[in-house]
Amino acid sequence: MYRYDEFDQAIVNDRVEQFREQVNRRLSGELSEDQFKPLRLMNGVYLQLHAYMLRIAIPYGTLSATQMRKLAHVARVYDKGYGHFTTRQNIQFNWPALKDIPDLLAELAEVEMHAIQTSGNCIRNVTADQYAGVAADEVEDPRVYAEIIRQWSTLHPEFSFLPRKFKVAVTGCREDRAAVAVHDVGLRMTRDEDGEPGFEVLVGGGQGRTPVIAKTIRAFLPKRHLLSYLEAVLRVYNQLGRRDNAFKARIKILVNSVGADEFARMVEREWRAMPDQELDLPDGELERIQAYFAPPTYADLPDDPPAYAAWRRHDPGFARWVQANVARHKQPGYAIVNVSLKPHGGAPGDATAEEMEAVAELADRFALGEIRVTHEQNLTLPDVRQEDLYQLWQELKHQGLATANVGLISDIIACPGLDYCSLANARSIPVAQRIQERFQDLDRQHDIGELKVKISGCINACGHHHVGHIGILGVDKKGEEFYQLTIGGSADENASLGEIVGKGFAYDEVVDAVETLVDAYLENRQTGEAFLETYRRLGAEPFREKLYAAD
Amino acid sequence: MASKAKGPKAVTANRLSDGVVVYLTPDDRWAETPDQADWAEHPQAQQALLERAQAFAGTTVVAPYLFAVQPQADGTPRPSHMKEVMRAKGPSVRPDLGKQAEWGKQAERGKQADWGKQAGSGRPAELADPGPGEER
Repeated sequence: MYRYDEFDQAIVNDRVEQFREQVNRRLSGELSEDQFKPLRLMNGVYLQLHAYMLRIAIPYGTLSATQMRKLAHVARVYDKGYGHFTTRQNIQFNWPALKDIPDLLAELAEVEMHAIQTSGNCIRNVTADQYAGVAADEVEDPRVYAEIIRQWSTLHPEFSFLPRKFKVAVTGCREDRAAVAVHDVGLRMTRDEDGEPGFEVLVGGGQGRTPVIAKTIRAFLPKRHLLSYLEAVLRVYNQLGRRDNAFKARIKILVNSVGADEFARMVEREWRAMPDQELDLPDGELERIQAYFAPPTYADLPDDPPAYAAWRRHDPGFARWVQANVARHKQPGYAIVNVSLKPHGGAPGDATAEEMEAVAELADRFALGEIRVTHEQNLTLPDVRQEDLYQLWQELKHQGLATANVGLISDIIACPGLDYCSLANARSIPVAQRIQERFQDLDRQHDIGELKVKISGCINACGHHHVGHIGILGVDKKGEEFYQLTIGGSADENASLGEIVGKGFAYDEVVDAVETLVDAYLENRQTGEAFLETYRRLGAEPFREKLYAAD
Repeated sequence: MASKAKGPKAVTANRLSDGVVVYLTPDDRWAETPDQADWAEHPQAQQALLERAQAFAGTTVVAPYLFAVQPQADGTPRPSHMKEVMRAKGPSVRPDLGKQAEWGKQAERGKQADWGKQAGSGRPAELADPGPGEER
């Protein structure tokens, strides 16, 4: 894992003390709310429906067990005993008191964490594939480049007041678990004809009220040019992105209005005009950062050891968990374990202080002390010995953390919705809970297979409904919660936006409607075909027909 | 915005130091429950109410605003819109948190508001519980 050097630590410590002064001045009345608001937002402090909310960055979704324990401590001491992992690999606390936040941030700084650039019109927390460094088919560990981007973008003076927020995601694999196509910039590692690693650069993706799949503006960018090229992209955006209308200020609007080809030419011109591409990574720097992410020393272990195979045969609960929650590791004898934060009846992405501590302890014992946060609001233990899986599963089960549903219908992304968010028009969490309740039979879920349901409580789409296989968007219809359904969205390497199936549904009808869509799939699927594949083969019509048959 | 709609309104804000949802009372205090809030029918009186609240924006509260209420038979106001009901109570998915949690402790009836039913039956989502104002 990356460790702060003296510069990182000094920046974070200074910021805590700066913010402490700002909070004091606000509390004494020396600063008005108008003056204070931009300052608190720069430090991740929002005002939500019930209280302040603090959003803490988890760069590229990587946490140490020590950091996770600190988050548990924060949940217990400064909040109401839990936190919420978000779709941007951050964690949010829903109830901190403003007067206590400087102390909270000082505690976070002790474990190299902060809330800088988790809000505001700047380059936000850089996200990455949660299987970074351990995926079997990876070109290179994307966290190396996410860290380089983090360092470049932290307090970047030119890009602290962009037209709007700016989100970057990096994946090292062809298979995309980081949703790079719905980011302002998505970077996908690839190789040129000579086998040299570099990046495919995608620009202008995003969700919100104007969902767009990103366009590739450069098929191959050599690694050393990463920062200079990004600087060029940001400069073009900073200059030409709209500032007159917040709804049209994201880079996707600019890319759409000039066209991807023209945008690519503008970036190329800007890039070539930079003196000697001064931001190119100097020799040695890449290697220096890479050293932080050097793979651990793996033991020489056989794949699929006999005890592991035996427990899969004899314990169906374990076998089912392995099938849904365990992924292939690049190293023989090891596995990647996904810890579902979607227990039936829970709030997607929420974890209690006790659960955080349990995961930290299990990470120390079974996974070399490292934890990842996924954009689908689950946790991942990246380095687990296959021979330990059965014991790990039993202990996770003991903690209520072994729900075998990753990638299945109850593994739902949901934004906080009207339960917490001042922007929301409708609730998301209870809709997710009702769907989980309806499909609580895990055998049924496994039979249905891969099905990604994503719920947003308003058009800002924090719940990624546009890219759900089934997407649910909450709206306010004359004071009542109403839900619009989309189907066919996807955030992976074959990203697509869902299409609206038809008129929406009331709160009490939406779960039935989702079940009807699932029934339509089951009636029409061919052997081995997942929901999305059936939709892509047949289109929306069979789903529509079934859904609105009674009309 | 609720403030543009017709009908009676009260003023709410968040307490500056800890963010707790508060309501301006007739004697210019900030109460934690809407039933204690001052309210006004006419736009001019509502504006005056808001101005009274804004005088506290320096060191007491954040972002005061008008919101629609329904006065009850006893003259106490209750929020009309679901979002304000949510603020007054706490998250519907966590009856153990927010102000509703306190009522749960106070009222031994143990009757938590049924959010699902309220939403299903449409608006207005009233406070199913009389609230702490009547308990004290």
